[in-house]
Amino acid sequence: MAQETEKEILDLSDVTIRFAGDSGDGMQLTGSQFSDTTALVGNDLGTLPDYPAEIRAPAGTLYGVSGFQLHFSSSDVHTPGDTPDVLIAMNPAALKINLKDLKEGGMLIANSDSFDAKNLKMAGYNNNPLEDGSLSRYKLVSIPITSLTSNALKDSGLSIKEITRSKNFFTLGITYWLFNRPIEPTLNWIESKFGKNKAIADANTTVLKAGYYFGENTELFTTRYTVEPAQLQKGVYRNISGNEAIALGFVTASKKSGLPLFLGSYPITPASDILHFLSGFKNYGVKTFQAEDEIAGIASAIGASYGGALAITTTSGPGMALKTEAMGLAVMTELPLVIINIQRGGPSTGLPTKTEQADLFQAIYGRNGESPIPVLATSTPSDCFNMSLEAARIALKYMTPVILLSDGYIANGTEPWKLPHENEIPEIPVHFWTDKENFAPYKRDENLSRPWVKPGTPGLEHRIGGLEKAHITGNVSYDPDNHDFMVRMRANKIKNIENDIPDLEVKYEQEGDLLVLGWGGTYGAITEAVIKVRAQGKKVSQAHLKYLFPFSKNTGEVLKRFKKIFIPEINLGQLTTIIRSEFLIAPISFTKIKGLPFKSSEIQNKILEVLGGSNGK
Amino acid sequence: MANNIDAQIKYTAKDFTSNQDVRWCPGCGDYSILAQVQRSFPDIGKKKEEIVFISGIGCSSRFPYYMDTYGFHSIHGRAAAIASGLKIARPELSVWVATGDGDLMSIGGNHFIHTCRKNIDLKILMFNNRIYGLTKGQYSPTSEKGKVTKSTPYGSVDYPFNPLSLALGAEASFVARTLDRDPKHLQEMVKRAAEHKGTAFIEIYQNCNIFNDGAFSILTEKETKADNVLVLEHGKPMVYGKENDKGIKLNGFTPVVIDLKDGKNSINDCLVHDEKDPDAIRAFILAHMTDHAGMPTPIGVVRQIFKETYDEGVERQIKHITEKKGEGTIENLLFTENTWEVN
Repeated sequence: MAQETEKEILDLSDVTIRFAGDSGDGMQLTGSQFSDTTALVGNDLGTLPDYPAEIRAPAGTLYGVSGFQLHFSSSDVHTPGDTPDVLIAMNPAALKINLKDLKEGGMLIANSDSFDAKNLKMAGYNNNPLEDGSLSRYKLVSIPITSLTSNALKDSGLSIKEITRSKNFFTLGITYWLFNRPIEPTLNWIESKFGKNKAIADANTTVLKAGYYFGENTELFTTRYTVEPAQLQKGVYRNISGNEAIALGFVTASKKSGLPLFLGSYPITPASDILHFLSGFKNYGVKTFQAEDEIAGIASAIGASYGGALAITTTSGPGMALKTEAMGLAVMTELPLVIINIQRGGPSTGLPTKTEQADLFQAIYGRNGESPIPVLATSTPSDCFNMSLEAARIALKYMTPVILLSDGYIANGTEPWKLPHENEIPEIPVHFWTDKENFAPYKRDENLSRPWVKPGTPGLEHRIGGLEKAHITGNVSYDPDNHDFMVRMRANKIKNIENDIPDLEVKYEQEGDLLVLGWGGTYGAITEAVIKVRAQGKKVSQAHLKYLFPFSKNTGEVLKRFKKIFIPEINLGQLTTIIRSEFLIAPISFTKIKGLPFKSSEIQNKILEVLGGSNGK
Repeated sequence: MANNIDAQIKYTAKDFTSNQDVRWCPGCGDYSILAQVQRSFPDIGKKKEEIVFISGIGCSSRFPYYMDTYGFHSIHGRAAAIASGLKIARPELSVWVATGDGDLMSIGGNHFIHTCRKNIDLKILMFNNRIYGLTKGQYSPTSEKGKVTKSTPYGSVDYPFNPLSLALGAEASFVARTLDRDPKHLQEMVKRAAEHKGTAFIEIYQNCNIFNDGAFSILTEKETKADNVLVLEHGKPMVYGKENDKGIKLNGFTPVVIDLKDGKNSINDCLVHDEKDPDAIRAFILAHMTDHAGMPTPIGVVRQIFKETYDEGVERQIKHITEKKGEGTIENLLFTENTWEVN
């Protein structure tokens, strides 16, 4: 008998798990706790939170389903995983929405308590799928999670509502047991988060342990899984989301430049977290200004920049539209500023909580007049740190606004990040002009940058503004020749930055039949797809653009070395259009605009098709 | 010693005059405003490099070009927002906004009310000519109902803002009104605003002699001024008129004019102005005085209260949290408790 209940431990190299439930079920919390613990045990990982715009959509509805997908592995992880191996469905709606993605033969853990007549009807089920045999293709594990939670807390004195709310910790406990993860990190987190409310802290602790022991004692699970730590580079790691990395990047840039950081911002999904993180860094001298609107967000940042701060503004697409005029002012007054756009589905309000890459044209071209602004894009959550430093460096060195593009997928997704030490991060030199003798507001240095003068500097009182400036003096000028000169000067100044950024790197063969070219958050999916195609013996190279305007100087030359250029994008082909117009070549465009990141398999199949049918060559 | 050196800096109006040609229309009320600001500034106790003028768009917004201080001529409506960022980043500066009724009350209305609400330490000079001048004569948010302009050939059908009431409603901590044609009073108001800590709003009635000439002539012409302007002075009874023969009395919540010569009323019956009154009701009554026919237009400081400014609050929090947690370093920032080591 004992042998029958002895649980087998199976070693897996790679697992994708998805938690799904009502938007009020705490799936994001469950997922992020599981991620943090998984990071701590040394797996590489990638995550994809996918939640509705409604904060508390009516319980049981299909549109109220919130999901969190996590891919963890003993080797390199590039994506949150295409198809989950394990699906946790906290109610029928979550099952209905997510089942189609579950791998054939995958494990399905369902909270059977919530599969009652009312919830089944709301999800559009005529029969209970847990009982009618329709799920026979999956390893179905039905667990009465709600009642087990209630049992565990029957003596807690908490209300039924509070008890029910704890059930996600039961789910978390089960999955910790199932994948052989320690519960201590979450116990510590509960203590720090709910320490002040002892009853709730105790309840969550009890339920987490109850879930864990349930896994151990139940006969529903015959197998337990482990995923060995990944062979990561030596160093200290931390699990990081893109938005947190941006916040850390700019605080670091502030320290490295010696300038106080100022953020002018208005709350908007999915960018608000940057405001939240930065508003906690008061002891780093960070000033955050939650402005009355998007325009005041950027306008206040321009004011702070004029005053000598490292100034940034954070937003998403609709906010970018509102900030447009002020960006033009920063171009004309040549003040350093970083505008961070966490792209989401558009147009208009669009899909606030979903990802997209459709603001590239807006970033490069979306202003009145000839209004060049450098545009940079981040590729992964941890890359957000580096690109933030880079955006700050360029803004300060060239006295220009810089647009940094991220997206909802990178912003909320997390990955383990090898932390750099302070001495590994370059300084950002800044020079304020104080010399009375040789001063003119629009006299330029070798980088074509004008002097930055802090108000308060004696003897350098001068005026700047949005009207066209006379070369050197900066006085208002309506002179036709001067305007022509200044328009070209501003364009040259930005174009010149191509000499100060890294070359576009090509992974694998440096020339050949096919180059997969990407930008932004598609990096992980493309990387994974290229690895898989190459594993089939086919030759495909990869390059990823981090500098969208201006391009790295070698970009045109790189593209000419390949017969075909293949560009996957989450828009209707914006980079493709730009590449075609800049370099007079015809890339093959692959687009998907579903508010979701690419699956690597989608790109993989398309690459094979481009290579010439499913046989490749 | 340093203080003595500072004290030796003695400016004249000329020190605040820039080398740019002034390009307002001849006869514009803006000339007087510029002159009075330049005449007042030697007395406000600020070094000129510590003074910044920020403006939006409109005739009034050319103002920074003519002041030999730091200046920023920005975009339409956004001066208060830009100035807010500057003041928060650099609280030691004296930050002024030069703006007009269109720039501040229409396209910049949101920034104006929120600046007041937050009590950001800015001095806002709003030149109110009740018309759009730079775009050549459309009605503005302070134009009277029925105003015939290029964009309202049959008269406007909307109601104007009452700028003082709007500022009071948005909880501005200093609210005043003055006239372009009353140099001494204008200078006094500018100096009072300079001294104030917090959002200071001055509405300056300004004549646009091209598109709205004479809008305020009843308040500025010698023959009519005394009988139509009530000069507010803190702690003084509200008396006006050519021979100081009229007073203001409160009838319930309604202000009425009383005749001080008819033997029935005396100066003791007059309302005494209390600009520091913590209750805003009487300030609103003053702001709305001209809603009632036959009432004079009050000028002067309508209200001044003291409360922590936004920029002071920001500095206080930073100081407090830094004392509590210690000054942050990059190592502390990155290497938090949620890290693990791979060997």
